Amino acid sequence: MTFELETAEHPDRLRRVAIDPVSRVEGHGKVTILLDEHNKVHQVRLHIVEFRGFEKFIQGRPYWEVPVMVQRLCGICPVSHHLAASKAMDIIVGAKKLTPIAEKLRRLMHYGQMLQSHALHFFHLCSPDLLFGFDSDVTQRNIVGVAAQHPDIAKRGVLLRKFGQEVIRLTSGKRVHGTGAVPGGMNKSLTIAERDELLKDIYQIVAWSRDAVHLIQKVHSQDPGLYNSFGTFRSNFMSIVGHNGDLDFYHGALRARDDNGKIIFDGVDYQHYDRYIQEEVKPWTYMKFPFLASLGKEHGWYKVGPLARVQNCNQISTPFAEHERKAFIDYAGGMPMHAPLAYHWTRMIEMLHAAEEIKNLLHDDDLLGSDLMVKGERQREGVGVIEAPRGTLFHHYCVDENDLVTMANLIVSTTNNNQAMNEAVRHVAKRYLHGREVTEGLLNHIEVAIRAFDPCLSCATHALGKMPLEVELVDVEGQQIHAMSRS
Amino acid sequence: MSTNFMLDGQSIPFEDGQTIIQAATQAGVYIPHLCYHPEFKPHGSCKLCTVKVNGRQTASCTMRASAGMVVENNTEELNAERRALTQMLFVEGNHFCPSCEKSGNCQLQATAYHLGMMSPHYDHFFPNRPVDASHPDVLLDFNRCILCSLCVRASRDVDKKNVFALSGRGIKTHLIVNAASGHLADTNFTIDDKAAKVCPVGVILHKRNGFAVPIGERTYDKAPIGAQVEAVTEGV
Repeated sequence: MTFELETAEHPDRLRRVAIDPVSRVEGHGKVTILLDEHNKVHQVRLHIVEFRGFEKFIQGRPYWEVPVMVQRLCGICPVSHHLAASKAMDIIVGAKKLTPIAEKLRRLMHYGQMLQSHALHFFHLCSPDLLFGFDSDVTQRNIVGVAAQHPDIAKRGVLLRKFGQEVIRLTSGKRVHGTGAVPGGMNKSLTIAERDELLKDIYQIVAWSRDAVHLIQKVHSQDPGLYNSFGTFRSNFMSIVGHNGDLDFYHGALRARDDNGKIIFDGVDYQHYDRYIQEEVKPWTYMKFPFLASLGKEHGWYKVGPLARVQNCNQISTPFAEHERKAFIDYAGGMPMHAPLAYHWTRMIEMLHAAEEIKNLLHDDDLLGSDLMVKGERQREGVGVIEAPRGTLFHHYCVDENDLVTMANLIVSTTNNNQAMNEAVRHVAKRYLHGREVTEGLLNHIEVAIRAFDPCLSCATHALGKMPLEVELVDVEGQQIHAMSRS
Repeated sequence: MSTNFMLDGQSIPFEDGQTIIQAATQAGVYIPHLCYHPEFKPHGSCKLCTVKVNGRQTASCTMRASAGMVVENNTEELNAERRALTQMLFVEGNHFCPSCEKSGNCQLQATAYHLGMMSPHYDHFFPNRPVDASHPDVLLDFNRCILCSLCVRASRDVDKKNVFALSGRGIKTHLIVNAASGHLADTNFTIDDKAAKVCPVGVILHKRNGFAVPIGERTYDKAPIGAQVEAVTEGV
């Protein structure tokens, strides 16, 4: 299956421009663009060039080690992997339902993660583009430039992230790569002092999160021509939704909508995700291409993450975030918004929801409780799914009778957005680069489109033994002598 | 009969038959060690407890104290050698502290911190050592074995079962299970054995129990290694 601008007919006759590495994203990726002598674009690809191998090397390890080991996939969203793996291992130990205390503590940890990751992305990675312009002076288009010209915004970004990190530290023992969740529950609750430490700042955090929504709303609304159309393409959406269709980052059932917002499937138990989602491999990237099985490779690809979640849910349970969701839906005119730059707006709505949920939980004395663990009948296979900051995250494991992992399959949030990101950069390349002299500012347009999805390229490249490979032997004239491929 | 020797300029009393490390521990002075355990006969193999007695190096777990000895312990030179030995142990096995359930309770990790080890320094061997998960209650992860032989001694001398042994020689020395199959499940080993509780690193693990103790409450979160020994004399 090949999409428009994915593969040029005669690549050997074209000039290659590479953005390597893509900056201000997590992990290593590159974009290659093939242009002819008139600077017309013939091929655009987002390549993921790093290689991890987690699915392979956790085989043969004891299952209780997995939630701690797999979180090393990432330094920004380790909590997502920690919790998705823990949820899968809950199934393995027969813990169909956690104690309310354990679930609330896990949720608190996860909301802390959402808060810090979304703040990091918006303020540290993207605000330079949004505040200064996509082709503004490259020397100031960074967080240091933001700190110099908008010190209040930069400071809030730092403090919002810090608060999220503190929530993670107090629930998991460390700001990055802690151990709080264990199969069947949690290993710690909060002390009164820890709870009060967070309570002290939470109202300020909620207020700043509201301001952040209003900031991006203003930026977006001031230039609708750009923000609604930049890299825009239509696609399906997918996420989990909670009870009554609520926005829920921690638990729920799978729901997919088509590009008009019509439900494709709903209420799907994610234990059976593999009946609904399949993956394709391509020879030019380490990242796989998932698609909805019922629609096939050509039409089944989809978007995940904030833009999908905020439009996929029926409502948000916290008042400020629900108010902002409605404002967003109204702005979109009641139809699904597909603009990649609208990810930023919805991401800030989610950050606000996370802050409000943290505030609610901090007023719940269950967080101080001690009933943390449950067990049940041992199972051989478990799937854990969570809505990570970047989208739906699947962890699927089989465990043998000796407690060792025999199979692991991870579909990481960013992987779900693979085709979507490629579409976005192709649209931007076609609109902004086609027929023009390539400049740094124009190339940054490509990166702006990628950044909107907040990709985590480290997370997304975990497969081993399945990777497609293409080897070409060329002579000094550049003529291909021999080629081999595995896909 | 009690008399004294000098340890880093401090007078240490000892009783007849005591080794240097026993007398030092009793007096609240920590000498880094891995294969030494107060409940077992010394093995003298890890060499971490090496001290200088009257200018000559010797293992303090096997050397008996005698009156008038002048012993050097906490010196730059000895600690540098201990650090190098510890680094060699790290590269010889597969010690991935970030995902090891023994982290925070591991004597090797705590000793490395104590000695200021900042990196493995040497090239890793990356040996291929499959785990033995055959036993219903205990997992053996040979990747982390430092050949201290504490499990061998505990199983032989306390449990009277001889479940473990060190096999091979030199660089090929490795821990084995005394069963025709080589599997722990085919021995009379139980989770209540002394050998199931004595491993200073993450080889002998009680199954389904990993990460139950939160960060902050693990042994060496509360106090670094050696602090318990030194606490003996605090407030005196």
